[in-house]
Parts: sequence; C-alpha cells; structure tokens
Amino acid sequence: MSDAMLDREHPAHRPFAVLLPPRERRPLELPRLNTRHVVFFVAVALVVAGSAVAQAPDAPPAAATEALIAAPATPLSVIIKWAPFLLKGFIFNIVISIAAMALGTFFGVLLGLGQISLKGWIRKSSWFVTQFFRNAPWLVLLFFAMFMIPFQFTVFGVTIPLPDWFKAIIGFALPVMANVSELLRGAIRSLPSGQWDAAESLAFPRGKTIRQIILPQCVKRMLPPWMNLYSLITMATVLASIVGVGEMLTLTAQVHAAEGGRAELFAPLYGFAGLCFFAYCWPISKLTQRLERRYNVKT
Amino acid sequence: MKQPIGTPAGVLWTPEQPIISVVDVRKSFGAFEVLKGVSLDVKKGEAICIIGPSGSGKSTLIRCINALVEIDSGSILVENQEVNDERLDKLKLRRKVGMVFQQYNLFPHKTALQNVMMAPINVLKQDKKEVEERARKLLAKVRLTGKENNYPGELSGGQQQRVAIARSLAMRPDIMLFDEVTAALDPETVKEVLVTIRELAEEGMTCLLVTHEMKFARDVADHIYFTDKGVIVEHAPPAEFFENAKDERTKTFLGQIL
Repeated sequence: MSDAMLDREHPAHRPFAVLLPPRERRPLELPRLNTRHVVFFVAVALVVAGSAVAQAPDAPPAAATEALIAAPATPLSVIIKWAPFLLKGFIFNIVISIAAMALGTFFGVLLGLGQISLKGWIRKSSWFVTQFFRNAPWLVLLFFAMFMIPFQFTVFGVTIPLPDWFKAIIGFALPVMANVSELLRGAIRSLPSGQWDAAESLAFPRGKTIRQIILPQCVKRMLPPWMNLYSLITMATVLASIVGVGEMLTLTAQVHAAEGGRAELFAPLYGFAGLCFFAYCWPISKLTQRLERRYNVKT
Repeated sequence: MKQPIGTPAGVLWTPEQPIISVVDVRKSFGAFEVLKGVSLDVKKGEAICIIGPSGSGKSTLIRCINALVEIDSGSILVENQEVNDERLDKLKLRRKVGMVFQQYNLFPHKTALQNVMMAPINVLKQDKKEVEERARKLLAKVRLTGKENNYPGELSGGQQQRVAIARSLAMRPDIMLFDEVTAALDPETVKEVLVTIRELAEEGMTCLLVTHEMKFARDVADHIYFTDKGVIVEHAPPAEFFENAKDERTKTFLGQIL
C-alpha cells in the first residue's frame, strides 16, 4: 500500500479538493505534540547528556564521595533519583508565579484605572508609580521587597510571620503590577472613543461605563500580552534563589552539592531545570501567538 | 444643589414652548472656532434637519445638546433646563435625550438584545423582565426580529444602526439626536435606516438630524437649517428651502449636491 493510499489528505482521495473552500484550522487548540517535537526533545536531551560526558574529568577527583567509590551514578540515574524532589521545587516556582501574577494583576488594574482618572493628582501619581516599577530591574525589585518588608509583623498581639517566599511573591508582583497598569492604559486608549460617547449618551455614569463597557472589551485586547508577561515572570522566579527561597534552582544547586558537586552533573541537572521551564512556558507562548492571531491585536 | 430638569428656577416647561432652545452658542477647539453664535428652536414633535458642508459644525452642535461637548458661551435649554450650567445633572439630561452616531458605537461584547437592555436595567434600574419585553418589541419595530442574540460583529451596518436606534429608544427619550447616521452605510442599507427614522418622526418623536440625505430631509423634515463655517446661514421649511434658497452659499451647496 502506498503512502498516498494511507494519507486521507492526499489529493488522490479528494480529487475535487481544489474546488472546496480551504479548511479552516480550529482557532483555539492547545499545541499538539507530534513526531517533530519528540525528535526535538530527544535531541536536546542528547546534547545535554553529551555535554555531561564531555565535561567529565578523566579521573574522579581525589575527594571522592561514597557514591563515587561504589559505582559513579550516571547523570540520568541522578536525575531520575532526584526528579520528584526537583519537581516539587518547580511547583513552588509555579505557585510563586501564579500568586505574583494574581496579586500584580489586581493592583495593576487599579493602578491602570488610576492612570485614566479624571483627578489630576491620581492620574499623575499612578503614572509615576507605573513608570518607576516598570523601568526598574526585576532583581532590584525583588531585593527591595525582601529587605523592606519585615520578616514578621504584629497586629493586636498576634505575630504573623512573613516567610521569604511570601516576600518574593510581592517582589515579583511589583513589576507585574506596573506592566499590567500600562497594558490596561494602552488597551483603554485603543478602544474607539465612540464607546465612551455611546455610554455617556445612554446616561451611564463613568464608573459603570468603565466596569460594564470599557473593561470587558479590554480583557480580550490584554490577554495575549498578559500571558506573555506571565511567561516572563515564571522564568524570572528562579531569581528568588538568590535571596534563598527554596525553589527549583536552589534545590538543583543543593542536589548538585549532595551528589558531590561532580562537574559532569552540571549540565544534566541544570538542563533538566531548563527543560521543565521550557515544557511549561512554551505551550503558553504558542497559545499566546494563537490568541494574537485570532484577535489580530499587535503587542 | 442640582436642579432637576424641567423645573429650573420654578419655570415649568410646557409643550407650547420650544423643547430645545439654542441661543448664540459659541464653541472653540483650540484656536479653531467651530460654532460662531448659533441659534435654533425645536418644538415638540418636530423633525429638524441640519445640513451643510463638512466641518461646518453640525455634529458639534448636536453633541452640545446632550452635553457630550461643553460650550464656551451662549445658552441651550432642553425642556427649560440650562445645559450650559456647571451644576447640570448630565445623566438626568441624557435620559431625556437619545443619540445615534455615525459609527453605530454598539457595545461589541453584548448581543443586540443586551445592547438594548443594558441602559434601562443598569442606569434606570428598571425591572429586567419588563425591559426585555420592551427591548424585543423595539427590535421588532426596527425589523430585527430573529437577530436578538446576534453580536454586533455579525450584523450588517444597517442592522447595527437600527439596533443603535432601538438602544436609544429603550431609554424612552423625549428627543432623539441623529449624527450623520447613514454616512457610514452602504447605499443599499441606507434606506432601511431612513425608513425607521421616518416612522419615528411620524409617530411624533422630536428628532434632530444631521444628514447629507437631501431627499430624506425634503420628505421628512419640518424645518431645515443650513450651516456653513460655524454659523446658520439660513433656515426654512423644506419646500421653501429647496425651491427658493436665498443665500449664495446655500445655492452653491445645493447646486453641488443635487
């Protein structure tokens, strides 16, 4: 049986296909993994493993650990052994990113609405806060949150501890807030002014106009860039390792140390961390592209 | 203390008085004076057409009447309520004055029916069931039965414009303003919108239209105002206006357009 017989899309099966309208792709499906993707992943894995072998010293270092004396674990077995532990760290990254995004979006929307306020001082101060946090390096904001927020605070005799991961969430929420504020301002400005005219002429008060007419239309415009921002924040959460939060990068370093700090484990362990982020962020970026094309909104 | 519309300083509006009275209105955008002292009166139940070349201030003039544009000087009385007053309750004014725009300006995230129902429910706080019933009747009136659940993007320009008219009527206004409502439409859909407006005028709705449709103005209007460069050049009933225009500018304009 030839390939043409198997392939239902082959012109032999649809002799009049040229007369049919081109079939539309379903607009919103999650990217499917096909053979090409599998080949790509395997290639990445091979490169990672290969570099591990290349980096391996010819002889084990003098200060050999227990594991090395017995039988040096292969990079793959090390990853398999530690994967559950590392993935727990990765889940922590995701939790931080989602919480920072939620918090940042909430305050970002408030700040963005402040930027279109009719009161001059609200508009100007919202603009300033937005610009300040939007143009500061994320790591600086993280340090800012880490060292400005106390490790605990006491209200009415109840002491509430503020763990590092909580402060990290606030640290990441600051740039999210500023970026969402600017996204919202842009989305509102991109709406035709006729929407405001129509709402006003129907006697809508300003608050109701914003809540019921302007904001719902902004959601669609903001969604693709907002998802982009989420991807960026997720990848930035590893910065929290610098301030000692036990997320994936921190745990990877710990695992590496526990395995004796062997140089040939560098690439596989960090490569595994990279793959986890890739597997999480890449589908988001593909979905974003599809949404962008679907809404035809340029970011 | 805001004065309710209709009872300014104890002067109640009676139907014998002009429902809209515009006196010597001036408005500038920056250095450009769009309205240079415009006056006109509209009686209840009249259909008034304002015609004139582009940029002569027609749209600005009717946008002043529902306070979408603030005027620099002069007076606009709507049912004896002064619009040029910083204490004006704009929302109260706009409940009485409906407006339809050139670009329809429907809310794209709401269906036709929701577009019509939104303001009465959210602004006037009327009962949802009663509003829905009225909205369906209004959509039927503008011949859009069966399109209730379509989104604006799924409707033609003419259909969208008729939804916009129904949306405005759902507020039960006393006055309707039409700002070049057929200018963005395909020639074949212009008629369906004009028929709707004509019916409204014939039912006795006070209508103020800015339009380029001369035939429509001639057939429907009770009175025609011709504007040029921010002033009203002349005004007359349609027969007189089209047959015996007095001013040179009017003659030139009509000569170009007819």
